[in-house]
Amino acid sequence: MGTDLLVLLGTFAAALAVGYLLISKVPPLLHTPLMSMTNAVSAVTLLGALLIFKETGDPEPGAAALALVGGIAIATAVFNVVGGFAITDRMLKLFRKHR
Amino acid sequence: MDNAGPILIDLVVVVLFMAGFAQFRQPQGARRGNLTAAVALALATALVLLRDPVRGWGVILAAIVLGGGLGWTVAARVTMVQIPAMVAFQHGAGGVAAFLVSAVELTREPLAGLSVAKGSGLLGLILGAATFTGSLIAGGKLLGTIRGTPILLPRHGLLTLVVLVATAVLAGTIGFGGPEAVLEGAIALIVVSMGLGLVVALRIGGADMPVLISFLNAASGLAAAFCGIIIQNRLLVVCGAVVAASGSILTQIMCKAMNRHLASVFLGFGPAASTRSWLPVEPPVAAPPSGPEPVAPAPPVSPPAPGPAMRATAPAPTIEPAMPPQPPADPLSAAIALARDAKSVIIVPGYGMALAQAQFRVVQLAKRLESHGARVLFAIHPVAGRMPGHMNVLLAEADVSYDQLIELDDANPRFPETDLALVVGACDVVNPAAVLTEGTPISGMPILNVHEARHVLVCNLDARPGYSGVDNLLYSRPNVLPLFADARQTLEKILDGLGE
Repeated sequence: MGTDLLVLLGTFAAALAVGYLLISKVPPLLHTPLMSMTNAVSAVTLLGALLIFKETGDPEPGAAALALVGGIAIATAVFNVVGGFAITDRMLKLFRKHR
Repeated sequence: MDNAGPILIDLVVVVLFMAGFAQFRQPQGARRGNLTAAVALALATALVLLRDPVRGWGVILAAIVLGGGLGWTVAARVTMVQIPAMVAFQHGAGGVAAFLVSAVELTREPLAGLSVAKGSGLLGLILGAATFTGSLIAGGKLLGTIRGTPILLPRHGLLTLVVLVATAVLAGTIGFGGPEAVLEGAIALIVVSMGLGLVVALRIGGADMPVLISFLNAASGLAAAFCGIIIQNRLLVVCGAVVAASGSILTQIMCKAMNRHLASVFLGFGPAASTRSWLPVEPPVAAPPSGPEPVAPAPPVSPPAPGPAMRATAPAPTIEPAMPPQPPADPLSAAIALARDAKSVIIVPGYGMALAQAQFRVVQLAKRLESHGARVLFAIHPVAGRMPGHMNVLLAEADVSYDQLIELDDANPRFPETDLALVVGACDVVNPAAVLTEGTPISGMPILNVHEARHVLVCNLDARPGYSGVDNLLYSRPNVLPLFADARQTLEKILDGLGE
């Protein structure tokens, strides 16, 4: 458990560094679509929301409340994912080069 | 390592995500990059469902249909002017998911004492809840539902401090405390964190919005990453970290381009806090480097008759110097003459262009000038608009080729050789006070040096100073012709005057 968490913290640091390198290459021209796309990616919390519904075997107290909270979490995350990727695509379609 | 298989699969998904981000280096590849990231996210979701069977599909599917349908509909209907508000509301939605997941994980099997997992869960909860309310305020301001200027509650500074301390104390109590009453504590912490997002976002407004929205971007990513640590999911951690990096880079760029420190934006120092108007320290002097510049002599063009006679087929005769620098009797005719004679034009749009819905007219004018043989470029200041890169999207929608959109560093060396700089709805980002006077809030801020162009046309609504409160020295310079009116109407008149 302890080592797993350390690995996760290391993963976080590595991803931060790689992300920094990749994103600094993005031209200002694309900063709005970039933010809109990263916004959709940040709704990866959808995975966590789905795991609220993980089978645990024994019935939990407050299952109905959990289902409600989990449902809201899934709905907001999916709103973010679908809306984010769709609007980014709409924007990027506009960027054209004439001549 | 008995879990080498899953790690390898996760690595593939991570590489796919990174490939998506990498493709944003160029406009040609960005669309594919967006699709790549979407596929990666779909794969990640499928992986979770395969590894951990879930139950309660009725609720899950209903939530997916509801959220997905709403997201799709909004994305299809939103206009490009509304993009910043849309992105803000989405940050908020991401915040909700992050704080709910963190809260559930914290309370499901309450842990005694502080641990990495518990600390991460608390941070995910705080950041998620604060991002939610902060984004609602930001989105409301950007849509115009809430007043867009900084809103100060009574004793705002003290209030912010109290809420901040309360958040920290509450988080510390839960963090170091035992497993009892964690649910009640988590709910209280959510409420206090929401209050924190509220007080911070309320005081930010106007031209500082790009900083706020970039910061919320970073916060939502960070919330996702912390959420990932408590549920021990690598993909969540990686994605969250990359988004946090992206948001931080954009926040940095915005702050630098506005000559502001992040702290001064958030704590309300600088222009947002001051109500007085900054007056120029000295009258505008500083002759342009190329020598005495005459004001555009307006050849008294009576209402121009459209037709072939109006077409500037040959290079216009050089403008006679030594005209007294006084405003022309008919500024509009002078403007039309300037536009007709210009061989090189740089257009500088600002948020005012979006407010006046003038982008399509601007592009129409650009195309007209090009058809008359002029070379037209668009110079985009990093903070023009209400979010990073907003102007580029608006102009791309109005059918500007993206190779005509140039950045500050590329634009500034070109102004001295440019016949006409056309400012549309931009103020602070073209105010020479930033380079000519000291001690104003914008002194030292990188600006587009339009005043170095041979002639400058300004299509702004009025002569009022921009968000910084600093009077624009541009308007009184001899080579500048200000046309204060609704930008769209002004441009329509110039288009009419130019003829086909």
